[in-house]
Amino acid sequence: MVERGAAGGRERGWLLALLALLGVAGITVILLALLTNIFERKQEARQAFVRLVDVTEDTADPKVWSQNWPLQYDSYLRTAQATTTKYGGRGLGASDGGLAEQKLDRDPWLKRVFAGYAFALDYRDRRGHYYALFDQEATRRVTERQQPGACIQCHASNLPLYRFVGKGDVQKGFEQVSAMPYREAREMKDDKGQPLVQHSVACLDCHDPKSMALRVTRPGFIAGIKALKAKQGTADYDPNRDATRQEMRSFVCGQCHVEYYFKGAGKTVTYPWANGLKVEEIEAYYEREGFTDWVHAETGTKLLKAQHPEFEVWSQGVHSRAGVACADCHMPYERAGALKVSDHWVRSPLLNLNRACQTCHAVSEKELEARVLAIQDRHHALLERAARATTDMIDAIVSAKKAGAGEGDLHAAAAQHRKAQWRLDFVAAENSMGFHAPQELARILAEVIDHARQGQLEAERTTRKK
Amino acid sequence: MLPAMTRRSLALLFAGLLGIPAGVGAFTFVYAKGFSYLSPDPRACVNCHVMNPQYDGWLKSGHRHTATCVECHLPHAGLQKWVAKAEHGFRHSAAFTLQNFKEPIEITQRDRELVRVNCVRCHEALVQAVADAPGRAHGELDCLHCHTSAGHGAGG
Repeated sequence: MVERGAAGGRERGWLLALLALLGVAGITVILLALLTNIFERKQEARQAFVRLVDVTEDTADPKVWSQNWPLQYDSYLRTAQATTTKYGGRGLGASDGGLAEQKLDRDPWLKRVFAGYAFALDYRDRRGHYYALFDQEATRRVTERQQPGACIQCHASNLPLYRFVGKGDVQKGFEQVSAMPYREAREMKDDKGQPLVQHSVACLDCHDPKSMALRVTRPGFIAGIKALKAKQGTADYDPNRDATRQEMRSFVCGQCHVEYYFKGAGKTVTYPWANGLKVEEIEAYYEREGFTDWVHAETGTKLLKAQHPEFEVWSQGVHSRAGVACADCHMPYERAGALKVSDHWVRSPLLNLNRACQTCHAVSEKELEARVLAIQDRHHALLERAARATTDMIDAIVSAKKAGAGEGDLHAAAAQHRKAQWRLDFVAAENSMGFHAPQELARILAEVIDHARQGQLEAERTTRKK
Repeated sequence: MLPAMTRRSLALLFAGLLGIPAGVGAFTFVYAKGFSYLSPDPRACVNCHVMNPQYDGWLKSGHRHTATCVECHLPHAGLQKWVAKAEHGFRHSAAFTLQNFKEPIEITQRDRELVRVNCVRCHEALVQAVADAPGRAHGELDCLHCHTSAGHGAGG
């Protein structure tokens, strides 16, 4: 009995020792794991980036840049993802590799107002930077209508092309490429037979390859902002020399997200900012130039087409006034290890309320979203009313023409048509559904309704006289 | 009674068993600047880099002359202070180790209340009339509701 008890005690002793060993081993494992974790976190804080490859002014391929700046490249690649907000990118499924939804089917009034113009053929919702060049090739506006090489100014990483054509001079190259037919410009090859245009909007367009500092490269923007600053009293303005870093965080976007036109036979991409950025200031510029985009197929009115004046509209808004740049909301900083990295997945802030808004606004995401949607819903309702007023005016002018009114009779109505439609398009083509400057856009839409109804009255008066 | 030899080897085994994790633990503690957490030095709050923006903001704020992180973010009574410090420390280091927190970081409701108490502690003479105004059946006036950027924001 005694022996058995001793044996049992020894067994228990061994068991205890084994358990203690396992326990202590477990604790050691946890401690070491913690130590390595702390070590890794400390390493994160060490280095900003490693320059593994050299990038130069000729490195248009973002994949090469990605070896030095993988974090930025990863997020840039995500611009290929389909995203949907209440008013933007509707109809895009996550697995849908095809083109974005046709705006023309969703809002049939667009077909009416663009009658006779390429935008009545194909006018789709936005997609990310990744597709800028691809979508340009696929749109019926380019495949079915002759377009100039001017389009390359924004749809591609174009500096190598401009320098090649201009024999080193970007400005000269830009002018010559703008005047070429689109396909010819798109398919240009260098002396070694390498294609010069291969990449959508990418690193080189906004970053200096030597210092990675922000810079603007689109010649149209550089000329446009210079004209605007001259009007405001600053002569010889050069954004790459004179702009603050915070200004550059909007200017790089303003290189393309703006109103523009192709000036003269050279089709030089020109930003109509010499009078200012407001809708009537740009209109006055066009009137002085005597510019017309196209003649409306139903009414015969000479009309202006607004492009996507995000930069101009943002400039009239409260965020701009508060010094908030495009990148603050569309490319907010995110923490990657110890680094602050600009999110290069440029997208609607509605998809990223946390980083986009909450950095400044200490309110819940739900509340923030509700506020944005309230602005957008009101704006959308007003836009629909303005569109209705415009199509009513078009109907009235068409009726007047049917009743026998000629161009001379309809002069007053046509003037109202031009004004109303320029304003309507300026608002509708702008990609924020009212958010960039709610009050300014509501003001413009009120003018649309006024001009459209006046035009309608003029046309009806003419019909009665006939 | 075990023989002296066995006892000595058992003691050695025991020492090894506890000594290695104790050593690793001590090293980890020092390597992670564990002692700094016992001090009120604001630099301890940026040992990890999550609060860099708040620290940078505080460095440029008006409050930097008079109030460090802990003066606003911890209670002032002895025991409560250490309990809160331990609770914050545990929560923050767990989150940072597991990397499972929301950014931008957000203060919890309880800690926000704590800050409010500390606002009043210093500014009592000034805010006494507002803070004690009658009709506050639904709780105290929240300083931070308006002064969101005090301490480490644009408002200093």
